[in-house]
Amino acid sequence: MNAFFALLTRDVRLAAREGGGAALALGFFALMATLVPLGVGADLHLLARVAGGILWVAAVLAALLSLDRLFQGDYEDGSLDLIALSPLPLEASALAKIVAHWLSTGLPLTLLSPLLALLFNLPPQGTAMLFVSLLVGTPAVSAVGAVGAALTLSLRRGGLLLPFIILPLLVPAVIFGAGAVSAALDGLAGGGLGFLAAFSGASLLLAPFVAAAGVRLNLAG
Amino acid sequence: MFGYANPTKFMALSGALLPWCWGLTLLCLAGGLYLGFAAPPDYQQGTTVTIMFIHVPAAIMAELAYAVIAVASIFSLVQRHILADVAARAAAPLGALFTALGLITGSLWGRPTWGAYWVWDARLTSFLLLLFLYLGYMALWSAIEDETKAARAAAILALVGAVNIPIIKFSVDWWNTLHQGESIISGKLDPVYLWPLLLMAAGYGFLFAGLMMTRIRTAIVERRIRSLMQAGA
Repeated sequence: MNAFFALLTRDVRLAAREGGGAALALGFFALMATLVPLGVGADLHLLARVAGGILWVAAVLAALLSLDRLFQGDYEDGSLDLIALSPLPLEASALAKIVAHWLSTGLPLTLLSPLLALLFNLPPQGTAMLFVSLLVGTPAVSAVGAVGAALTLSLRRGGLLLPFIILPLLVPAVIFGAGAVSAALDGLAGGGLGFLAAFSGASLLLAPFVAAAGVRLNLAG
Repeated sequence: MFGYANPTKFMALSGALLPWCWGLTLLCLAGGLYLGFAAPPDYQQGTTVTIMFIHVPAAIMAELAYAVIAVASIFSLVQRHILADVAARAAAPLGALFTALGLITGSLWGRPTWGAYWVWDARLTSFLLLLFLYLGYMALWSAIEDETKAARAAAILALVGAVNIPIIKFSVDWWNTLHQGESIISGKLDPVYLWPLLLMAAGYGFLFAGLMMTRIRTAIVERRIRSLMQAGA
């Protein structure tokens, strides 16, 4: 357990410090939210209507930015070999890295989202649902993303391939997350939140095993 | 069955089967197309119903090809068999092609029927996502240079996709019903349409089998040439 938390805090520290990219993801999220009204127009009714979908898509893209470095940095400097050799099972190490990634991107993005929702004129019940759905759903982005990061970790241009193979797999998270916000705007209870939680939970449960398999095949030979 | 997982035996068997496969493909497609064009126009869709004979079998093969990749990926990961890797890799571009064909013929049918080339119908959307899954799978295969690593990484991705496809399908259906209640036209198919459809489906099936065998044979021969050149160098 100590090794698990040691790896987790190390990864969070690396992400939070200069060059770690956690702040960049937040900046990207805020910039995407600024660009959209410039593209679609400043009609506040329209913006309130599309806010849930836009902010969900922007959050997923922002979380993807730092994913390609999830294993790659450790692979390049050799620490991934040490992590794989440590008594901590590689599956647990993968989970620690997923949680660390979520703490350094998914959680800050969620915390920033009410402010951006304000810019989009999202009503309070929509903002609350956006916050909750991002809180519940962004772990799935980190988990599914970790699988892609593990499969592409030895690639020099992995940063380009990763979103391409991961985004189709994240469709359910976007649909249920943004759907929950729309449902809240229409005054419907629940919406996709239950499905989102199920998708997130299943991803968190399965992804460490798949990601560990992906790391192993890249370390072998 | 696993006896034929030996490349030499596979070459002999597929070599004997291929001419029959191509013959049956030609026969079924010719018969299906003839009956399809001879079928009377539908009372609602008019002559556009003919597109169905090209469209529906393509959609079936698009899904079947992913099932082939998933099963081959399991064998590839469990048994580490070279032929399973080759089969999975061979099926991907074919699946992508059938998916694209399904999408293109679907949108050609949609223009006169729905009034738009593309509508965000649940089925269309999940097929578009299937196309992206195929392309991502192929991109991962070609991005990793080491062939063994590429095969295993692609197999893992294919299985993750196979687990995720029903969830994606469900979420897209859910999304679609949330936004607009679309009624899908369902009804019993008259034999006049059923026969050409079945013939076309059989023709597509033989075509897929023939192309698969050819692609696997090519890959085996390629490997042999490469190992011969390495041995000579």
